[in-house]
Amino acid sequence: MSENTITFEIDGVEVQGTAGQTIMQAADAAGIYIPRLCAFDGLLPYGSCRVCTVKVNGRFQSACTQPIAADIIVENDTEELLEFRRNLVDMLFVEGNHFCMFCEKSGDCELQALAYRLGITAPKYPYMFPDDRNVDASHPAVFIDHNRCILCARCVRASRDLDGKNVFQFVGRGPEKRISINARARLVDTDLDATDKAIDVCPVGAILRKHVGYSTPVGKRKYDHAPIGADIEANKH
Amino acid sequence: MSENLESVIRTICEGFNNDRTRMMDIVREVQETFGCVSDDAMDLIAAQVQTHRVEVESVVTFYAFLSKQQNGNVVIRLCDDIIDRMFGYERIRQTFTEALGIDVGESTEDGRYSLETTPCIGMCDQAPALMVNDEIFTEVSRDTVTEIVEQLKDGVAPERLRRRLGDGNNSSPLVGAAVANNIRKEGDVIFAPLTCGRALKKAISMSPNEVIRDVKTARLRGRGGAGFPTGMKWDFTRGAKGEKKFVICNADEGEPGTFKDRVILTERPELLIEGMVIAGYAIGAQEGIIYLRGEYAYLRPFLEDRLQNARNIGMLGEKVFDKEGFSFDIRIQMGAGAYVCGEETALISSCEGLRGDPKNRPPFPAQKGYLGFPTSVNNVETFCCVARILDQGAGWFSQIGSKGSTGTKLLSISGDCRRPGVYEVPFGITMNEVLEMAGGNGAAAVQVGGPSGSLIGPDDFGRTICYDDLATGGALMIFGANRNVLEVAAYFMDFFIEESCGYCTPCRVGNVLIKERLEKIMEGKGEPSDLTYLEELGAVVKSTSRCGLGQTSPNPVLSTLKNFRSAYDALVKEDQPFQPTFDIQKALGEAKTIAGRPSMHFAE
Repeated sequence: MSENTITFEIDGVEVQGTAGQTIMQAADAAGIYIPRLCAFDGLLPYGSCRVCTVKVNGRFQSACTQPIAADIIVENDTEELLEFRRNLVDMLFVEGNHFCMFCEKSGDCELQALAYRLGITAPKYPYMFPDDRNVDASHPAVFIDHNRCILCARCVRASRDLDGKNVFQFVGRGPEKRISINARARLVDTDLDATDKAIDVCPVGAILRKHVGYSTPVGKRKYDHAPIGADIEANKH
Repeated sequence: MSENLESVIRTICEGFNNDRTRMMDIVREVQETFGCVSDDAMDLIAAQVQTHRVEVESVVTFYAFLSKQQNGNVVIRLCDDIIDRMFGYERIRQTFTEALGIDVGESTEDGRYSLETTPCIGMCDQAPALMVNDEIFTEVSRDTVTEIVEQLKDGVAPERLRRRLGDGNNSSPLVGAAVANNIRKEGDVIFAPLTCGRALKKAISMSPNEVIRDVKTARLRGRGGAGFPTGMKWDFTRGAKGEKKFVICNADEGEPGTFKDRVILTERPELLIEGMVIAGYAIGAQEGIIYLRGEYAYLRPFLEDRLQNARNIGMLGEKVFDKEGFSFDIRIQMGAGAYVCGEETALISSCEGLRGDPKNRPPFPAQKGYLGFPTSVNNVETFCCVARILDQGAGWFSQIGSKGSTGTKLLSISGDCRRPGVYEVPFGITMNEVLEMAGGNGAAAVQVGGPSGSLIGPDDFGRTICYDDLATGGALMIFGANRNVLEVAAYFMDFFIEESCGYCTPCRVGNVLIKERLEKIMEGKGEPSDLTYLEELGAVVKSTSRCGLGQTSPNPVLSTLKNFRSAYDALVKEDQPFQPTFDIQKALGEAKTIAGRPSMHFAE
């Protein structure tokens, strides 16, 4: 055990991590799944969806941004937190227009998969039915459907940090907050390339590649085989 | 794209060394010059400071005082906070609408005038109030409106509009504002007479650690409301590694009902400046920033003058009071209408020329703050307390107030009382004593600490104002028996929805859901289960939100549910097996008009 090893506890189980890791990183390595939407391997932590909220020594923190420390007591899989997570996922559903049955991403969608994993069958909050969310299909290889955007900023971070561009950024604030693009109106006028990593990090059906929508049939998609988080839980020793 | 636009923008950007971290100053100046930051302007700014256009758009669309759409040459902003609504906002709005022929959110066709509303502009003790560009008008009547519009139509510039100047420095040529100080009670810390420079001279004769020790001995806690021990914050910042360090004064007082910092900035700027220099010495900073809310732009020339004066007497600049190795200067950073920027990490984002999104913590500002350097952000009043502590001694200070809450507190009192204004009182005073003092006897409810605080009733008026009981940044809004507490809560929810930065899910979505259910109850369509729903929803938003805004935004509803339950109980009906959440006849309205007959299925 190196001197950088930090020992702490998640739901009564002793976990070891290395200094500088976040709670989520250490939990992943230990095979403990903490639900998340905005967090993504290889992107800087962002802390916006709040789905990974855990309790650290009794205080609520986002596991994706909170660093580990020796002897902290982390609560993750408790009924209180699961209920908060259901509510947060619910909020993301009612905030946009998510029609799973017509969506190309169905079965590969992290929002949908998380709802299933958390046992949500129908939202408890009233739908907001926003009518100001448009679709931009101007780009030859990609389209954006703002109806399904959950404002996780994965595309913003990936374009900036992985692609070295700034194709995406937020505009507006509060309920009016939206993803915008680095052009006056159309995605085709940005320097987005079909090879950009920003395209593939979208957890939902907001940024989609054209021409490949049903190349994998429904029923044979990622979360049709195993629930979200199963890959992480496979790390458990 | 006009050549004029191009050359003006180049000049503006060059004025800030094409530094994109000065984006707030750049876009503010473009907005002032052209009445908007247009698509063309955003392209030009991005090219000039070498950033991406969408980064500029991101900033412009965040702040209420900036706009992509063309505003009128004169923008009239009516303060529509709850107190202004109680004291005649609607009358004022109507008069403007009639005189200008436009409604709120519109501009006149000739492009001369825009009419907007804005949340609290820090004038609740003299409501109703409004802004004409940067100029403030208070205790506005229908006649004032008529007079303003007549003069504007005659071509009088906003800064030359006739006004009755306020007391004290409000009537100095550099301020020239129709604003009253309304200082009702002067205490020993903030409003006592001041020998300029004495506290600072004493500080620099000590070691920085001794200064911090004095602040700790005085047990000074932050005056913005959160109450973090100031000495500890400085210790962290001093101890953090960094090439440079910064002191930031949070003068973004945006909590509705708060206006005490405005009075300090008008009457005690020297005390504030001195406190900031002491902080700079204590933590090892060379530069300070006063983040001044956009609504207080009228105070800027005056504050610049006081800063210059401090430079002239050696209190700012190279070798402060000839102290070897200690140089310190202060610049003013203007805000542009965003309540969330009062949150210290959002304030830092804004200073860096970004959207006012709060940052993730850790790292805390003391470790990595402004531009990544260790930074201490403190409230206006806190800096003033520091100067007085150094001048009068930590022991003297800690004897004022109560055990856990030393010193005095400035209260901003407004609403249904005879003597609204600013009161400097020792901590430990009871709400009953405060109400007596302000002539608010007969109050049915008091909002303590603004919307993010709580609404309390007479049962709680025996409680004391201090960090351990009724903790507050100082805003007290008094409501008489004729006011509807649910309307107050609904207004505050609208405020939070408008002011949320939208970064995290619970605050962006949850507050809208809370407001929706509150409205349902207010319309008489609620049932008892809706109250449980609100309590549970409120808990999610409070527990999972990322910053202080979301962590307190459900308070208006949660505290009224707790303290004014009967107001809700009177409106909710027994749980029904089926209760429509919408009005079916209203929903069918358009269809009925087209069909020219009532619905066959849903009888009226």
